[in-house]
Order: sequence, then structure tokens, then C-alpha cells
Amino acid sequence: MQQPGSTIAANRFGLGARPGELAGIGGDGRDWLRAQLTHAAPVVGADSLAPTAQLLGEAFALQRQIQAERRAGADVQQKLPQYLKPIYIAEATARLQQAVSTDRPFLERLTQFWSNHFAVSIDKQYLAGLAGGFEREAIRPHVLGNFGDLLVAAEMHPAMLMYLDNHLSVGPHSAAARRASLRRRGERRVGLNENLGREILELHTLGVGGGYTQADVTAFATVLTGWSVGGGNGLFASGPPGRFVFRPDHHEPGTQTVLGRQYRDLGYEQGMLVLNDLAQHPSTAHHIAVKLARHFVADDPPPALVERLARAFTEYGGNLPAVYRVLIDSPEAWAEPLGKYKTPSDFIVSSYRGLSLPVQAGKGALAPFELLGQRTWQPGSPAGWPDASADWDGASALLKRLEWADAVGGRLGSRRDAADLAPQLLGANLTEATGTALRRAATGAQAVTLLLAAPEFMRR
Amino acid sequence: MSLMKRREFLHLGALAAAGGTLVTSRLCLARAAGDRRARFVLVILRGALDGLAAVPPCGDRDYAQLRGEFALRAPGEPRGALPLDGFFGLHPALAFLGESYAARELVVFHAAASPYRERSHFDGQDVLENGTPTPHASQSGWLNRALAQVPGTRRREAGVALGQNVPLVMRGPAEVASWSPSKLAGLDDDTLARITDLYARDPLLSVRLADALMADSIVAGSADAMAQPAMAAGAGAGPGTAGTAQGAQTPRPQAAPQYAEIVRAAAGFLRQEDGPQVAVFDTTGWDTHANEGGAEGQLSGRLAALDKGLATLKAELGATWKDTAVLLVTEFGRTAAINGTRGTDHGTATMAWLVGGAVAGGRVVADWPGLSGRALYQGRDLMPTLDLRCVLKGVLEEHLGVPARALETTVFPDSERARSLRGLVRA
Repeated sequence: MQQPGSTIAANRFGLGARPGELAGIGGDGRDWLRAQLTHAAPVVGADSLAPTAQLLGEAFALQRQIQAERRAGADVQQKLPQYLKPIYIAEATARLQQAVSTDRPFLERLTQFWSNHFAVSIDKQYLAGLAGGFEREAIRPHVLGNFGDLLVAAEMHPAMLMYLDNHLSVGPHSAAARRASLRRRGERRVGLNENLGREILELHTLGVGGGYTQADVTAFATVLTGWSVGGGNGLFASGPPGRFVFRPDHHEPGTQTVLGRQYRDLGYEQGMLVLNDLAQHPSTAHHIAVKLARHFVADDPPPALVERLARAFTEYGGNLPAVYRVLIDSPEAWAEPLGKYKTPSDFIVSSYRGLSLPVQAGKGALAPFELLGQRTWQPGSPAGWPDASADWDGASALLKRLEWADAVGGRLGSRRDAADLAPQLLGANLTEATGTALRRAATGAQAVTLLLAAPEFMRR
Repeated sequence: MSLMKRREFLHLGALAAAGGTLVTSRLCLARAAGDRRARFVLVILRGALDGLAAVPPCGDRDYAQLRGEFALRAPGEPRGALPLDGFFGLHPALAFLGESYAARELVVFHAAASPYRERSHFDGQDVLENGTPTPHASQSGWLNRALAQVPGTRRREAGVALGQNVPLVMRGPAEVASWSPSKLAGLDDDTLARITDLYARDPLLSVRLADALMADSIVAGSADAMAQPAMAAGAGAGPGTAGTAQGAQTPRPQAAPQYAEIVRAAAGFLRQEDGPQVAVFDTTGWDTHANEGGAEGQLSGRLAALDKGLATLKAELGATWKDTAVLLVTEFGRTAAINGTRGTDHGTATMAWLVGGAVAGGRVVADWPGLSGRALYQGRDLMPTLDLRCVLKGVLEEHLGVPARALETTVFPDSERARSLRGLVRA
């Protein structure tokens, strides 16, 4: 008889139990969770996935080549998508492989949480080739570190700078802007872009209603002018291709006031100081606490839990493992066994883990995510994927899950014994009705389908 | 058993399991059109559509300078805007809307906004959908609350949401159907029946499954309806019918691009005599912060696709178009001036469109504030002069028959300042 704690640990904090995992966790799921926080975060794809700088440098070169050929009169097809697509497939497949095989699924879920918090989306040019590198380079190394470091790493990464257009943002009174306005020909304007500044305040740190105004957005965007990427075109060509570069001549000169504080113009340090203050702002602590509580406990997070997490965030200076420990120790987190409806990604990954499905190479492995409406790294907005039941529990979405479950059952046939697996995956959550239904299934395939369709499997 | 009949059977079973009442078949096809029943489609354009680009105020003397290289030329000039009322134009990519205006089936609204004045997509869409002045003030949407008040809709599912999940505007006490295109083969009867049993005591899943099967059967039924004439016409029918002929073999819509499928499915639902009266879907990609383009470019391409979808909707609705009103809204507009990356940032007031056979169109409704420095909201955005709720109230009241009392209380709480804008639909 499985203890309820182990089921919640594996299925809600983790990514879904694998056969035998619940027995291994034993009575108190909390020790198992704490143990996952002690060693350094894993590195993914070290020998198979290229660094962003290299990929982006190549992409820029390819794009320039196409433009040159077109200017010379050749009718050249756009080649960039064909260059980027295989990168996306390799990265997303590696991520799935990691999620399916990891022994530290709590850490992996945290990684996906932060990756979604600092969301980029592949529907923007170049991002298909960058989203994976972003998660590996900016997010993973800091999940067990400090929020301030995570924030800086995310905002300096070329993927984020390009996703939110900051790499083209130029101070209106900067040297570059003055030069541009003196040029006789060409109407190309250079100027400020507010997107990154706004989204850092609204989504990454303070949160909506966290106390910033439109003036703060503009001022912060101004602070971030010159934060860019090397190796682009025209004005944006300088610096090592595909890497963060600060262009002093694009940076708006002068002191800026953000949230009532003045920041002298110290070049890119100006931005670093603002980010440092944002990381320590009480609204940020609250915002992060709400998101963590919503993701790991309930759509409507208990206020006492949020309060406790926010306090820990502030008291420990943004030390993330300290916050995670407070979450693990909170009674609210263990009260409701099936408190969260699974997102499509949760549903797919837990199916893979529970049924020991092999991750195919190539885009075959990624098809279910597209089918069920959560294509990896394509939330479509910097707000990332939403995290409440009402966002995912639509009728047609359910039918798609059931149809996919049916296809999985059809592929596996009687090679899996669903009735035998069910207690191993669902532990104390397995109801008698479901157990009976599995034993009475007409075929092995149908039993697998019913296991994935079961209400206890639809939630975590 | 044909696939259609099976689904109907299982649907009835699923409803019984969920404790619902049996409903009569929804699969009977169009009777002679005698009774007019209003149809309403809400299209949410997510991402803050640039109203000044979609409906350029060509007659405004500050327009060209603000928009620089992206300013659209006046109607009549090469690649110029399409003509409206002499002051405003339509983006040249919006051919169908242009024709609709000429045919008096389009009302254009401008300098319109919800009560929301910040610039967060997330909160802006929430206010657009929740029908109150404040983000997150309600877990339900104005359209769902309105549906509960439409006379004669005691039965379930007067509305359908098309897309992966039900948007906030359609969530609430009234039950609505949902549908989205699928690529997998259907589940077999027996498995479906067993799953239905598993869900018997789960309040959420049992209802969702029942809804999904019902929605599926309506679309499967309409796909058949579309296919029949093509089959009768024979194999030599024109290129346009090839797809639907194949559709008759497997009663599911063809695997066409998502948006086209959704539009066709919406039409399929609304054409039914006993089907939903209201359909909602959304489109994205309007957040043009960089390289927005002018007469051509990113935004232009998206507008053309949107316009084409509306033309398809009209074609697919057939005779039902004359009873239909389609309202297109977005959460807010964009900056009046172009930004440093040849795009626009988040703004405030913007345009809205009401198009359909039931619409008393051929005019622009706008109290134009101008675009001079002083006229702009916070010195950067088009100033709002029309509360979008006035338009919503007018349409709900006169087109769908929602009682005025209900509009002022449950549907749009705290909306005394927003007077219902009447006269938008034909008598």
C-alpha cells in the first residue's frame, strides 16, 4: 500500500511516476524531493547540441548570404527555416528525453517552470534555433542558484534579447541615433523599443500591479538600450557573432529613474543595477511565490503558503533551493492529492514515464505536443503557458488526449500490463473503479488506453 | 452503424451518465428558412491590433508624419487604402471588408477601447473578456453571462467556442460547446463507452466528454451536409468541390490549415437550425513590435488572411449570413508613432468591426479626437472616445435580444457610463 506522500511527490512535484518509483520513494516523499536539490543541475546535450553563439552566428551568416544573392538579382529561396528546424527538433527531443529518463524529476519540473517563466516562443524568426540553447545555457545552470543570477542570465541571452526586440533598441539621443539622423539618404529610423523593459517588469519580476508605471517601463527600456547581440546587419554588426554585446554608442546617455531610484549612466552596469534591485523587490518575491504555489499546489494558491514562500524568497536573498525547501515543508502542498489538472505536456511526459515509452529520434517524438496543443517552446507569448485548469480542460482538448491515448494503446498492445502498472503509477490515488475497469479491459491495448484516460491520470 | 449515428448514440449515453437530459437529434439539416434566428460570431484578435494601420485616418493631417514610411496612401492612389467615408480608409489587404462596406454590411468603429488603460496583453484581454472594468474581477465572461439571458436558450449550449480551450469570454454559468480540429482517427465505440463509465463520478470530465462528442457530431454532420451536393455533382465537379467530396467518405473536415478549418466549423455549427446561436474563436499574431510594414509586410499579410477567413465564413454560412453579425475586437491598440524597430508598441484606443448580413452597415462610428501631440493619450496613443461596451451592449440587446436590465446588471457590472449603442443591426 503506497503512502499518499510518495504519490504526490512523484506525480505532482515530479513528472509522473515510473514503474517501481513509488516503492523506491517510500513513505515520506519529502526526503526524496530534498535529495534532488543537493548536487549541481544536470547538463543536457553536452556532446550533441551546439552552443547558441555558434548556431546564431551561422544563422546570421546564412541570412546575409541569401540577402546578398537576392540583391545580386538571383531568385533565392529563404533557407533559414530549413537551417533552424533540425536544431529545434534535436533540442526539443533532447529535452523530452531528459524529462522521461531523469532520476531527479522534481529538479526537471523546476527547470521547465523557470523556462516557462522566462518564456520565449519559437514563432519568431531565429527563435526556433535558440529556444533550446536558451533553456540549457541561461536557465538550467541557475535553477539551484540565486534568482538574481537567473534573471541576469535570462535577460542577457541572445534568445531573449531577440525575442523581445531589444537587440535593435537604440537610445534616441545616443551617438548612433545622432549619426543615423545626419545621414542624407534612407528613412531607416533607429530608436527605442519598450518590449523587453515592459516584460521584465510585468512578467519576469514585479508582476502586473507590482508597482511600476508606464514611465518606469520607458525609463527601464532606456536603460537597456545597447543590450544587444553581435554579428547582425548594418548598425548591429559589431561584436562576436551570436553573443551578448553591449554597444555604448547605442546606449541612451544620462541618469534614469526607475521605481523612484536614480541610476547613473555606467554603461551596461546601469542595467545590471536595475535588475539587481528588481530581483530584491518585495513585489518580485510575491509574484514568484504566487507562480510557484500555483504551479506546485493549486490553481488558487492558499494565501498562507504564498506569504511563506515570499518571505523565504526575501529572507534568503533569492536563494532558490531555500524557497523550494519551504515549499516542500509546507503542509498545504500535501493536502490535496490530485489538485492540479495536467497540462498536455504533463500528460504526455507522465505517459512516457509510466509506460516506459521510447523517445523516437526526429520529429515523431514531438508530434503529440503539437497534437495536444502545447508545442515545446511555442507558448505564443512572453507570458508563457498558463497554469490553471480552465486553461487546459476544454472538451475538445480532452477528446484529443483520449484519441492519443487510444493510439498509444494500439501501438503497445499487450506489451504492457496496465492493470499491473496502475498501482505503481497512481499509488494511493488509484480508485477501485479504475482498477476494476483495467482488469476487465477487452484487450491489453484497451487497458493501456483506459489507464491514460483515467481521472486519476488526468490530474497530478 | 454509420459513424455519425454511433456518435449520436454515445452522446446520448454520455449525457445520461452525466445526469443530463436527452436532447433531440442535432443532425437534422436545414429546413426551409422561415424563422429568423440571430447568429453572432465574436472574433478576438489577440495581441493588440494596430487600429491606425487597419483603418487609417487618411484625412487626418498628422497621420502621414506619425506613420512615416508605413503611412498608407489615400484611396484612389496606387496601393492606397480602400475607401470608406472619405476621412477613414481600410488597409488595402482587407478586400472582403471593403466590399462589405460598399454593400452596407460593415460598421467600422474607431477610437474605441475597453475601460482598461494599462498596456498588459494579459490584463487587457482579461478586461476585454470579463466584461467588468477591472482585470481578474470575474472568473466568467460577458458573453457567457449574456447567453444565460438570451430568451429561449434554456437548453444547453447556445454557444460554441472553437479552438483548443474555452476562452474566458465564454466561461461561466451557461454551458457551452467546444470544438477544435483533430487529426487522429476516432476511438472505437467500446473504448468510448468504458471511458464514459470511468468518468461517471467525475463532474468535470463527464461533462467535458459529453460536450466533445456532441460538438464532434455537429461538425461531422455539417461536413456531410457540405459534401452531399459535391457527390451528387459527380467526379467531374470543379476544383472547389474536390475537398468536400473526399470529406464525405470520412465525415470529418479536411485537414486544412487551422484557421480555415475553424471558420468552416463555425459556419457548420451556426447553419444548424437547432445548433448554437453564438460562436467564438480567436486569432493571434497581431503584436507587431518590429517590422510591422505598411501596405505590404507582416501586418498586411495577417490582415489578408483574416479577411479571407471572413469571406470564407460568409460563403459557408450561405443563407444564414443574412441573420449573422460578426464582431471583431482586440484588447487595445498601438502607439500612434512608429518605434525604433519599425513597429509599434502597446497603445490604447483602436478599431473594431461589425460585419454581417444582419448589420445596418456602410458607416464609420467614430468621435475622432485627432492625432496631434495634445490630442494623443499620454502623448503617445490614440485617445479613446468610445467605450467598447457600448457596442457590445447594442449588439447583445438588439441582435440577440438580451434584456437591457440584464446588460446593466449581470452582463456588464459597473457599466453605467457605457450607454448601449443602438441601431447597429437591421430591424
